[in-house]
Amino acid sequence: METKPGSDPNAITLRTVGWAALIVCVLGLALWTVFPDTYRWHWAAFWDSQSLFWRGWRLMIGISLVAMVLSVLMGFGLMMGGRAPLEPLRVASRGYVTLMRGTPLLVVLLLGYYGVVSPLQLGSALVAGTVLLAMFEAAYLAEIFRGALESVSASQREAARAVGFNRFQMYRYVLVPQAVRRALPGVAGELVSLVKSSSLLSVLGIEEVTQVTKLINARNYSALEGYIPLALAYLAVTLPLTWWAMRMERRFAYET
Amino acid sequence: MRLEARELVKAYGTMRALDGASFATGDQQRVVALLGPSGGGKSTLLRVLGCLLVADAGAVSVDGKELPHDEAGALMARRGNGFVFQGYNLFPHLSALENVALPLRVVHGWTAAEAEQRAREMLGRLGLSEHVAKRPAEMSGGQQQRAAIARALAPKPGLLLLDEPTSALDPVMTGEVLDVIRELAEGGQQIVLATHEVAFARKVADWVVFLAAGKVVESRPAEDFFATPESAMAREYLSELGRYR
Repeated sequence: METKPGSDPNAITLRTVGWAALIVCVLGLALWTVFPDTYRWHWAAFWDSQSLFWRGWRLMIGISLVAMVLSVLMGFGLMMGGRAPLEPLRVASRGYVTLMRGTPLLVVLLLGYYGVVSPLQLGSALVAGTVLLAMFEAAYLAEIFRGALESVSASQREAARAVGFNRFQMYRYVLVPQAVRRALPGVAGELVSLVKSSSLLSVLGIEEVTQVTKLINARNYSALEGYIPLALAYLAVTLPLTWWAMRMERRFAYET
Repeated sequence: MRLEARELVKAYGTMRALDGASFATGDQQRVVALLGPSGGGKSTLLRVLGCLLVADAGAVSVDGKELPHDEAGALMARRGNGFVFQGYNLFPHLSALENVALPLRVVHGWTAAEAEQRAREMLGRLGLSEHVAKRPAEMSGGQQQRAAIARALAPKPGLLLLDEPTSALDPVMTGEVLDVIRELAEGGQQIVLATHEVAFARKVADWVVFLAAGKVVESRPAEDFFATPESAMAREYLSELGRYR
């Protein structure tokens, strides 16, 4: 596959920006004309609570970063477990992935915290919530990793064996490096989803940014004054993440 | 070298790629060609001889030494061999230089400097000095196959096994690669070659093993085989392939 300069459908050009600006203007205008003029804005009250909001935002970023690292490690472990020569390990890994993917995160959080962590006094809600979030996302990442690894052709495995690599060397030098690039788009999407899912940790009473926003809104009888900054607060994290993933993808790009 | 196989069986599911193949070459054969129709078991036999596959039943020996039946033993044995495949099978994420140098470092324990020097030397010998930094996708098919040969030869293998090394190449590139193989053979490299290039096999092979349907039909000195093929199957195969060449 040959890519000519300018023909990359994912490239962001001045024209892309122009179209985006136009679409935003049209939608904004449409929204403005139908928006009820009875809504009374209370920006001042929200402004006064901004330190609380920023604290929640920083906590959300902290939770997300820790959960990202944990989920990638666990996801890789689950994927390798699903391919292990030992059958019980295979069954356990695949069973875990299937069950986790079939359960809503909300249920995992409630059951995990109130059913296991809290009664056994294993840790605080913050630690439990972060780990449960990572465990949940790990199941999806394991499947993305598996797909990427299985898409590396059988002839590459044979070539790895032919040059004398053992099993570990085959994964380390041939399969994983090629799988990483194929996994990147999926992994980036999953990590963005993780950031957004961290908002559900509010059900455990953790004062991350969504929970804080709900508190501020309740205190000031406001709604949009909290939720609009909340949306922007998430985008401030997820957009750079998406952009970074696109850069990584280009760095790892090579033709096959 | 002297190759010998007794009642070799290798099945993929219900398909028996080798179905009781037996043969023995003469002593001191430098180039052994595996010929025969597609699906006859050439590639599988080549892989068993090189320890890339372990046969389900039967025994193989190279120079009187029986090949291991377990994966661990086979790994050690195949580290002494070099392989070149039909589809080149270079590692696409690595440069030509790294493709050659990486196995030298991590499999054969060379230092980084020794491995790089050897890789440059081998790529140079195969006419790829200007392409060492290129990834496989940036090279032509013939260049890729020559890089694959450099990778296989770099650790100085006792046995070089080539599985239809020119089937994916156009005639010009085929010529490039066959020249290289002939030079290697003339330089004394021991080679097992599975091929459809009958004219080429005739030039370089010392011994021919002709396979069909997983069995060895003929195993004779190359000169005799090409002059007077004994089986009707081999006669037909040779005349079919010779029709347009």
